[in-house]
Amino acid sequence: MIGFGEVAADLVPALLQTLSDVLPIILLLFVFQIVVLRRPLRHPGRKLIGLGYVVAGLALFGAGLESALFPLGRSMAAQLTAPDFLGLAEGEIGPPSAYLWVYVFAAAIGFATTVAEPALITVSLKAEQVSAGAIRAFPLRLAVALGVAVGVALGTYRIVSGTPLHWYIMAGYLLVAAQTIWAQRVMIPIAYDSGGVTTSTVTVPVVSALGISLAAAIPGRSPLVDGFGLIAFASLFPIISVLAYAWTASWLLRYRRRIRRREGTS
Amino acid sequence: MRIPSSPALQPARHSASAPARALRRFLRLFAGAGRDLAPLIGVVAFFQFVIFRQPLPDFESILTGLVLVVLGLAMFIHGLETSLFPIGEDMANALTAKASVPWLLVFAFGLGFGTTVAEPALIAVAGEAGKIAAEAGMIEATPAAIEHWSGRLRQVVAVSVGSSIVLGVLRIVRGWPIHFIVIGGYTVVLVMTAFTPPEFVGIAYDAGGVTTSTITVPLVAALGVGLSTGIRGRSPVTDGFGMIALASLFPIIFVLGYGMVS
Repeated sequence: MIGFGEVAADLVPALLQTLSDVLPIILLLFVFQIVVLRRPLRHPGRKLIGLGYVVAGLALFGAGLESALFPLGRSMAAQLTAPDFLGLAEGEIGPPSAYLWVYVFAAAIGFATTVAEPALITVSLKAEQVSAGAIRAFPLRLAVALGVAVGVALGTYRIVSGTPLHWYIMAGYLLVAAQTIWAQRVMIPIAYDSGGVTTSTVTVPVVSALGISLAAAIPGRSPLVDGFGLIAFASLFPIISVLAYAWTASWLLRYRRRIRRREGTS
Repeated sequence: MRIPSSPALQPARHSASAPARALRRFLRLFAGAGRDLAPLIGVVAFFQFVIFRQPLPDFESILTGLVLVVLGLAMFIHGLETSLFPIGEDMANALTAKASVPWLLVFAFGLGFGTTVAEPALIAVAGEAGKIAAEAGMIEATPAAIEHWSGRLRQVVAVSVGSSIVLGVLRIVRGWPIHFIVIGGYTVVLVMTAFTPPEFVGIAYDAGGVTTSTITVPLVAALGVGLSTGIRGRSPVTDGFGMIALASLFPIIFVLGYGMVS
């Protein structure tokens, strides 16, 4: 196998770097344990081994990131924007509609990586409990995944068209503010959190590499100004779709109750 | 990101030191990390073979890297679940039960800062942002300058998440409604965007989503749930949520501010 030798040589500095990344949280927990709680640590040996796993795992993840997740995003962006594939001449800027497969790919990545996300499954089950049955777990997951899909697709459209990021984000948050006024109170924090829940550790590198490489590949776009922002879209749109779903679900519930009551009295 | 609240609800079980059980647990985590990756690989494979109809470039090194990613994530999560998560949850419970509010706020800041610095997704994106900034000529194109720049970016984000957890704790203690803070915060973002160099806007907006991931969410959620369970009149469901929303908002404001200053 090529690569393993280089990976091993990279691993020692990577381990040291990782150690310094994890140091603040370790220090915090140990200082509080000793100074504030004044309690000995239970199972210190096991916890030390656990910390070893944290550091080694983070270093391995970093190595894999460079050789797999970033290249994957870059390679997909390069193939999706290849002039041959788009039917454009070399260096020609197509209309935004020429890049249809980019949006399809973005939506598919957004949907597929979100709908099976373990964190989302937990959150949606909890939301089902709180809402007393008005919200169902599976449609909620679907709403979040659709939100991410639409968000990432729209984000790639923004990169292709070169329009300013903050227009989209601000319009989105205005919508969220309006939706918040009509939302059930219990649903508000759940919806707001669902935005943060969707962006997982494996998805983030692939999606950001996709955005940066798209901006690099499309003539007239700058990776620095246009390439970022996909993660912001992926965090914003689920809030909109969850609030919309919650509103629809509670409206339907009330509507059905009203029908039933009318049937009962007549 | 990992399951946000289940560690708080089910403290890690410390069964006897049976190596077989540990191995089985680790294999389950390995399978779990592989499952996280499966939808991504599925979509990429579909596009590669059905739409592009050609083999994936650099297939071998990508495969090696994917194995490292799965192995690394499994070890990372296994380590978190046996060390940092139980310590952090015990501490969140103990502090919310008896500590004074100032200590709680110090802990909240440290927790937000420390988990963010160790967050793998942020390490990835900050490193990439540094390279792009160097290519664009914003900073010197030397590895040292890039590392310095992305390190500084991560520190700014970490301070912002620390501050957001402090505000989140205060919010739960005082019972402030979340949506006023969030809507007010995004108004601040809108105003600041007008004064920030465009090179920073995208990075700032992305920083919000990147920070709330594998290590931050479970520990912060544990603190939120512990607090709202301990304080009379707060519900862990409506008040325990919302921490993550603040932790996604503050990095935007702080990175925009950093862009204005630098």
